[in-house]
Amino acid sequence: MQARVWGSRGSLAAPGPDTMRYGGNTSCVEVRLDSGPTLVLDAGTGMRPLGVAIDHDPVDELHILLTHLHMDHLQGLGFFRPLFRPRVDVHVWGPASPVQSLADRIALYLSPPLFPVRLKDIPARVTFHDAPEEAVTIGSATIRAGKVTHQGPTVGYRIEENGRTLVYLPDHEPTPGGHLADEPSEWISGHDVAHDADVLFHDAQYRDDEYPEHIGWGHSCTEHVMGFADKAAARAVVLFHHDPYHTDDELEALLAEARRRWVGAHEQVCLAHEGMTINLDGDGVRFSP
Amino acid sequence: MASSAGAPKSLPLILARELGANLATPMFLIDAEGMLVFCNEAAELLIGRPFAELGEIPSLEFGEMLQLTDADGTPLRRRDSPAGVAFFERRPSHQMVVFTTHDGARRTVEATAYPLFGAAQDMHGVLTVFWEVGATREKR
Repeated sequence: MQARVWGSRGSLAAPGPDTMRYGGNTSCVEVRLDSGPTLVLDAGTGMRPLGVAIDHDPVDELHILLTHLHMDHLQGLGFFRPLFRPRVDVHVWGPASPVQSLADRIALYLSPPLFPVRLKDIPARVTFHDAPEEAVTIGSATIRAGKVTHQGPTVGYRIEENGRTLVYLPDHEPTPGGHLADEPSEWISGHDVAHDADVLFHDAQYRDDEYPEHIGWGHSCTEHVMGFADKAAARAVVLFHHDPYHTDDELEALLAEARRRWVGAHEQVCLAHEGMTINLDGDGVRFSP
Repeated sequence: MASSAGAPKSLPLILARELGANLATPMFLIDAEGMLVFCNEAAELLIGRPFAELGEIPSLEFGEMLQLTDADGTPLRRRDSPAGVAFFERRPSHQMVVFTTHDGARRTVEATAYPLFGAAQDMHGVLTVFWEVGATREKR
């Protein structure tokens, strides 16, 4: 499979001269499988340019895997061109709620006054599914979701194909206010989804010194993401969900601190940036550019 | 939702444990299989044994260890204790109970237990909080 990052910013889109290198669009990652439909992880503002790209190379079927419904993971949905193509089958997966269906919750955004088009008037054939806590097969991949600690119902996704595993946990605070080092793995949120990942996309919103003011906000600091990756025995870590207030230079300082905490090769830890592609196949894992 | 020792715990259990670890109110957790999977420090103080020493044990064994009685001294069957009612009848329960600590003291507590249901109404376990209302020192 090949993953391509279209948005890696957290909380709020942050375009501008200080975020040129890593990008300002919010969470969206495209995953092309060896065979089968394209997967889209989250529907942040990065989904707009992804939709343009797909329009140039049309597909019949898409699966959008939403981790949760905060706006930075949903706002791009209304601007995703394939949704406005009547012959496209779009499957939307998201965390279950005991109160409202996934469609009803998404319709809170895709309806006036927040959006001019109602969800029911979208031309594509859209089907909604609860995120699968038991593995499901889509194309050549096996996909499973797991609930994780954030704010409100939130899941992470594990995608396995041909012996390679990509895990996506963009919003996750594995131990609010605590330290992971002494926690048994089975008690760590997200561990069951993330263990032995070849590539782990993980929330890295805060520097360690910023975290005490944000305990319980649902995001990780550098200590958390690297401690979690270590506990999960991840082989590569992509720092994701960049704070909208962090400039490119500040992100690179955060990366240096993350690599200092990592016992493996420095190349195994990187910052997500728009346009980044990752190939996972029989030859291993390759990042580019 | 099985959570035998070492098996991944469900998110409701993880969050309940996180809550308990940050409380000075004694509490313990039973998973959906009926295993005691966590006691917080305040509960350890009352029980007189650290959870690390107890380990994950069947709640039946935990109840026998505590020699639970009601306020009149009548032994409580497992399914009649607050945690037992919450586990077997899937409803909250509150009762004054008396138990024996590791060093032989009898402690009287008000205990409240309630079942933990997930988003899909699936049962993840039982959370019990308790509050000491009296203690007598009856050393063995």
